[in-house]
Amino acid sequence: MKKDYSLPQDRPIGPSLIIGTAVRVMIPFVQLFGLYVIAHGHYSPGGGFQGGVALGASFILMAIAFDLKTSLRFFSIRANALMASSGVFLYTGTGVLCALLGGLFLDYSAMDALLALGPVEWRSMGVFIVELGVGLAVTSIMASLFWDLSSGGDLEKGL
Amino acid sequence: MKRIALISTLLAGALLIWGTRDFPSWGDPNAPASRHVSPTYIEGTVKDTSIPNAVTSVLGDYRGYDTMFETVVIFCAGVVVVSVLRRPDA
Repeated sequence: MKKDYSLPQDRPIGPSLIIGTAVRVMIPFVQLFGLYVIAHGHYSPGGGFQGGVALGASFILMAIAFDLKTSLRFFSIRANALMASSGVFLYTGTGVLCALLGGLFLDYSAMDALLALGPVEWRSMGVFIVELGVGLAVTSIMASLFWDLSSGGDLEKGL
Repeated sequence: MKRIALISTLLAGALLIWGTRDFPSWGDPNAPASRHVSPTYIEGTVKDTSIPNAVTSVLGDYRGYDTMFETVVIFCAGVVVVSVLRRPDA
């Protein structure tokens, strides 16, 4: 692929102290908020998709404010691929587990046979497990889409 | 060929717009969706799933199959971008 766009290294903008410090303060709060949105989806607007996007945006922010290598240092490619597939596996695996335990596919009340919390409570718990899987998948896919699209796939220099 | 495509697209669009005249009006309490679908979920959410947020219970429990394939679609999008673009050695 021919690179005819100018990379930020060619422009007269160096690493900025203000942006670096601000982003370093912001990222933990963005990630905490993402986890809160995933965990609090039962009581307020939110859930796996929204919280996953917030978590993925924290890694995108890292890649924009510093560079792609910094983002990759905190979230490696292997961990990214593992998280994306384990998130999908957590969702489908929950469904298959329910079917194996004697219920219908994705009928979480069947998991009462594992741990007697009550079928109604298990349906609430099953939604949480499933949202966690969605959050894992969305977080890692958001970050990996940005890495690949911004660097043209070589993961060397991003935006 | 382009002209046929344009005419058939416009015809299909006009058919769809004409079809919307049969829709129930916005928020109609006598529409089929508000007569039995919505009340079932709104009344059953806490009783069936003990989730106070009806949106979450519909997304994760009543319509869990739909959400599962939404996740799979996002996963496929990520896999496709990785397999098309990523060159780890370049």
